[in-house]
Amino acid sequence: MLGFIIQRFLQAVVVMAVMSVIVFCGVYAIGNPIDIVIPPEATQEIREAAIRRLGLDLPLYKQYFIFMGNLLQGDLGRSFVYNVPVLELIGGRLPATLELVLISVISATVLGVSLGVYAGYRPESWISKTIMGVSVLGFSVPSFWVGLILILFFAVNLGWLPAGGRGETVEIWGVAWSFPTLDGLSHIVLPAVNLALFKLAMMIRLARAGTREIMLTDTIKFARAAGISEGTILRRHLLKLISIPILTVFGLELGSTLAFAVVTETIFSWPGVGKLIIDSIGVLDRPVMVAYLILVAFLFVTINFVIDLVFALIDPRVRQGATS
Amino acid sequence: MSDPVLSVKDLKTHFFTRAGVVKAVDGVSFDLAEGEIMGLVGESGSGKTVTGFSLLGLVDAPGRIVSGSVRLKGTELTALTDSELRSRRGHDISMIFQDPIATLNPMLTIGQQMRMAIDAHERLSARAAESRAAELLTQVGIPSAKERLRAYPHEFSGGMRQRVAIAIALLHRPAVIVADEPTTALDVSIQAQILFQMRDLARETGTAMVWISHDLAVVSSLASKLAVMYAGRIVEQGPTATLLRDPRHPYTAGLIASLPAMAAPGTPLTQIPGTTPSLLSLPAGCPFAPRCDRATDLCKADPDMTHQDNRGWRCFHPVTRTAEVPA
Repeated sequence: MLGFIIQRFLQAVVVMAVMSVIVFCGVYAIGNPIDIVIPPEATQEIREAAIRRLGLDLPLYKQYFIFMGNLLQGDLGRSFVYNVPVLELIGGRLPATLELVLISVISATVLGVSLGVYAGYRPESWISKTIMGVSVLGFSVPSFWVGLILILFFAVNLGWLPAGGRGETVEIWGVAWSFPTLDGLSHIVLPAVNLALFKLAMMIRLARAGTREIMLTDTIKFARAAGISEGTILRRHLLKLISIPILTVFGLELGSTLAFAVVTETIFSWPGVGKLIIDSIGVLDRPVMVAYLILVAFLFVTINFVIDLVFALIDPRVRQGATS
Repeated sequence: MSDPVLSVKDLKTHFFTRAGVVKAVDGVSFDLAEGEIMGLVGESGSGKTVTGFSLLGLVDAPGRIVSGSVRLKGTELTALTDSELRSRRGHDISMIFQDPIATLNPMLTIGQQMRMAIDAHERLSARAAESRAAELLTQVGIPSAKERLRAYPHEFSGGMRQRVAIAIALLHRPAVIVADEPTTALDVSIQAQILFQMRDLARETGTAMVWISHDLAVVSSLASKLAVMYAGRIVEQGPTATLLRDPRHPYTAGLIASLPAMAAPGTPLTQIPGTTPSLLSLPAGCPFAPRCDRATDLCKADPDMTHQDNRGWRCFHPVTRTAEVPA
């Protein structure tokens, strides 16, 4: 097990190193930030001074090593535009995205798996057919449109829920969170629903397909032949047997939603990182872009690492394959 | 003779598919005494597995038992509610399957799976449940049972896995075990070990068994009586030795003639011409008639079971020993 963890950890380090090169070169290739940082009427001297101050006169590999050296010391540079440390900038926005995404992905998974298992368990019932019909909507209706309709209906027409912003926040460990307050929670509901719909539909489909397949296997027939009740079969056999694909998708969705909740954050003016990165790309704020993309890579690598560990915990075959 | 533990009368299980009604089991009757092993033989698609599932009330939709009776220790199983039936399954009647890799859950330890099967019928302390499970594993021939309870299915060989499945089926000392080709997926040597162990277990515990198989050779070494199924019905039944020596139904005679042991070395094996008919479109009359060289116009009607002594057959033109079996 320890060998497995070390092996996965080293893999993660390699992925991160490669990612940092790709990101750094990729971002370097687009545009010249210097034109945005200094006013057009600046003299040649000011211009050169700015280039030197930002380290843009050095060859690319030197810039990269300086960047990596700083990164390893926890310094991701300063934003060209806001002139504050990038880490501070992203750190201030990340909790907002984090709470929104966690709430939506977790509730989509819990609800989606329950509905999907039901639909797979009783495929002929009209409730199952309704669930599957609704899940098609979840897939096919564009998310921005759903967001607008949610605002129109629940915020404008009914006036039940606020249309945007984070609402009242509470400081925990020096970070502002919305979810502990009732007002904050009411602000989360609509964007979370908006984000969750697609994932809900996917989880329903995944759980249903898994359930239908597993319910036909001899494992289930044998359990039934032993007189084990249907509830126990669903809880102890089925949920374990369908968990691997669900966990995989859960991890991928968690990562990609954290990174790309942009549309929903924009519609509901949710001050998360998605909105920050769009603004930064618009003004070629290179340090923010690089730091953000590296952070995203880091999130993905971490999530996958954790999911691999969970696999090994729940599936003895993975565990054995990992140690041998 | 004492009352049979299991008595099946005119059991019919039909599947209502879009293409039509499939009469997978169409009037099966047999009795099973305590500790008796009956071999249920037939080709693929003859309805033997469905018969097995019907005994436990485990027929999946779109199939259901349409008529007939299954009496287990005097209780009519077909009249029970789902939850009453569940409390019988695993307790009074249990089943083992062909492929032990598919029957055990790969993500749970053997101990956890045995515990679930115990909990389904009894409230035992963790310690008592563990010792019961270990006892059963020892009984089916698994060494150092206590430690093995913590192992996962993939850490066992195929034969050992099937033993675990057998131990689970035996946990509550059921009166009847339905064994659906449990040795087909195993090596021949392991197969023989398990067969003889099952026979001893049946003798010791008084458990009766319905041993489903397409392999007449395997069953005949184990079962004291045989029932041969064709197209959803039992076409011939009787004591194993009598049936093998002196088959009456042409289909039974064909099965016996096609055993490799019956052919002289170097000569091609005998086959029964044709294939099993589709159960969707059974011919009128005797379903075996199209493949039978003894068929006449009489066979356009459906033959009833002819009983004689302790055996029976469903044929208008039964084979007689002198005519068919060379000395």
